[in-house]
Amino acid sequence: MKKIYPNKEVCIGCHLCEVACVTAHSKTKDTILAHNVEKAQEGLAPRRNVAQDGPICVALSCRHCEEPMCVAACISGALTKNPETGRCEYNEEQCVGCWSCLMACPFGSIRRHPFKEKIVKCDMCAGRDTPACVEACPNAGLVFEDRGKD
Amino acid sequence: MAFAPINKNYHDFFVVRDKEACINCQVCVRQCSYGVHYWDEARQCVRHDNTKCIGCHRCEALCPTQALLIQEKPSTFKPNALWRPVFIKNIYKQADSGGVLLAGMGSPVDIPVYWDKMLLDASQVTNPSIDPLREPMELRTFLGAKPNALQFEQTDQGPKVKTEMKPNIKLNTPIMFSAMSFGSINFNLHVAMARAATELGTFYNTGEGGLHHSLYQYGANTIVQVASGRFGVHRDYLNAGGAIEIKIGQGAKPGIGGHLPGEKINAKVSETRMVPLGSDAISPAPHHDIYSIEDLHQLIFALKEASAYRVPVSVKIAAVHNVAAIASGIVRAGADIVTIDGVRGGTGAAPAMIRDNVGIPIELALASVDQRLRDEGIRNQASIVAAGGTRCSADVVKAIALGADAVYIATAALLSVGCTLCARCYTGKCPWGIATNDPYLAKRQNPDIAAKKMVNLVRAWSHEIEEMLGGMGLNSIESLRGNRDKLRAVGLNSVELDTLGVKAAGR
Repeated sequence: MKKIYPNKEVCIGCHLCEVACVTAHSKTKDTILAHNVEKAQEGLAPRRNVAQDGPICVALSCRHCEEPMCVAACISGALTKNPETGRCEYNEEQCVGCWSCLMACPFGSIRRHPFKEKIVKCDMCAGRDTPACVEACPNAGLVFEDRGKD
Repeated sequence: MAFAPINKNYHDFFVVRDKEACINCQVCVRQCSYGVHYWDEARQCVRHDNTKCIGCHRCEALCPTQALLIQEKPSTFKPNALWRPVFIKNIYKQADSGGVLLAGMGSPVDIPVYWDKMLLDASQVTNPSIDPLREPMELRTFLGAKPNALQFEQTDQGPKVKTEMKPNIKLNTPIMFSAMSFGSINFNLHVAMARAATELGTFYNTGEGGLHHSLYQYGANTIVQVASGRFGVHRDYLNAGGAIEIKIGQGAKPGIGGHLPGEKINAKVSETRMVPLGSDAISPAPHHDIYSIEDLHQLIFALKEASAYRVPVSVKIAAVHNVAAIASGIVRAGADIVTIDGVRGGTGAAPAMIRDNVGIPIELALASVDQRLRDEGIRNQASIVAAGGTRCSADVVKAIALGADAVYIATAALLSVGCTLCARCYTGKCPWGIATNDPYLAKRQNPDIAAKKMVNLVRAWSHEIEEMLGGMGLNSIESLRGNRDKLRAVGLNSVELDTLGVKAAGR
């Protein structure tokens, strides 16, 4: 299946992937409203974050693992692995905010929602051909491709 | 308001931020290597300091909401035809610093651009034009010495050329990437240039910074340069490339040596250049073993000897006064290629006064060199490569009609990967990740993307050259070389027409 792969050699740490992520997951799909209104009012947060240490930077998000530890740890069944799409899906309704997935994820890819007792996690932009972050990256620091099993 | 020195008040640019559009994402803060944009903790928003802006437009290009606009500062000095603002500002700067003013890239001053005053011919009724989409067009070019005459011999397999041919290099298009050293530009771009030249079937030039071992695989498309500093020059290096170039002068700074500041000498540059880590790499103004044409002859043949006479040797000079006589001497000294770099050639760093006031336009230099070599009957002994400020495919075509075998492009290649000619290459803080070895900034050039863009540029120009050739009724670039009848000039005086060897339009 196609996954988002970051490349730390060419990630320039601009955080445009985060900007695109927030916009794509906003109600308005308007960059300015998403950041200036929805972010403040509803706690809209990026589902990926850029880790940086000096010149080394890399944009990280959920890896949609083959055998996701977050799914195994989820006590409420909010996280499930979709065998057809390969995506690790999240149902906010079912989430009880126990943070087990947060502790289980070895990549630190799951974050707490700023306001709600819920989590925020990459959904690989369900409904789009290419995830918004990959489209927005100015330097091909994120690629969306099928590399087989990893 | 605290006192600000006069220098600070006359900065060149300012930032216009559309506050309604700004989402405080801080992309501009992270992209600006000059610290113009910053996060204001007290006000909880992004702000900017106009005095630091150098006009590179990186923030403007990457702002996700197009909230930024970089403008020239509109305040003007009292109009004065003699004391133009650039001179006034330079004096303010020098009164503060007491130093030589540095500049990067080619000269922006208003020297006549003769390319713009020459127009190309097109076939009409009697000699029909050719459609390059339907007919084969030949852009292949060979650089190097050609024999005076061909001798043939009869063999059992039929007639065979008896004349021993000198080494030549083959280009699929008459455009090469000019010398840009590893150090002045970073490794990512050197890789990109090497890959692009290989894919295009043309050549790139290492510049004076040596060749990193990992790039030896692209050697067949590499011209290795030997400059006065001899950085990175050793036997394997000389044998790694398809041609060797001795750099005597550079269009942007004729008569001036090079200086790569210690900050730019990282481990890889140090290894490639064979200079200590962090030490300044200074190439002297002259080659300290060349003080005459005979000395140049010795170096040319020393290099030919070192490379077993397998590759042609080029000599690159800046276009200066008496360039035709100099070029004649160079050809007689045994050079297979003469490269002439005009006054608009680029550089990583040069004293601004030198860049803007020394040298002559490539068009005049090229025409006079070609004419002189022809008059002396030695034009076949060397190819001519024109460099310095080639902006478009029409410039290439005009250069070839004026007598060049091929052209070098460098500024155009940098523009293709994002350069905005902000001319601050010498600071080592290039926000586009070009003229910098800072690992954080250098990452802004992804070698894959950069190589693709350079290839696209040269491919596009090559198609345009084919179109122009077809329009002139020519199907090969060879038929255009030195064919000045394909040019007509507008608005030039008789001396200029005579130097260019071009007729006035209408004649």
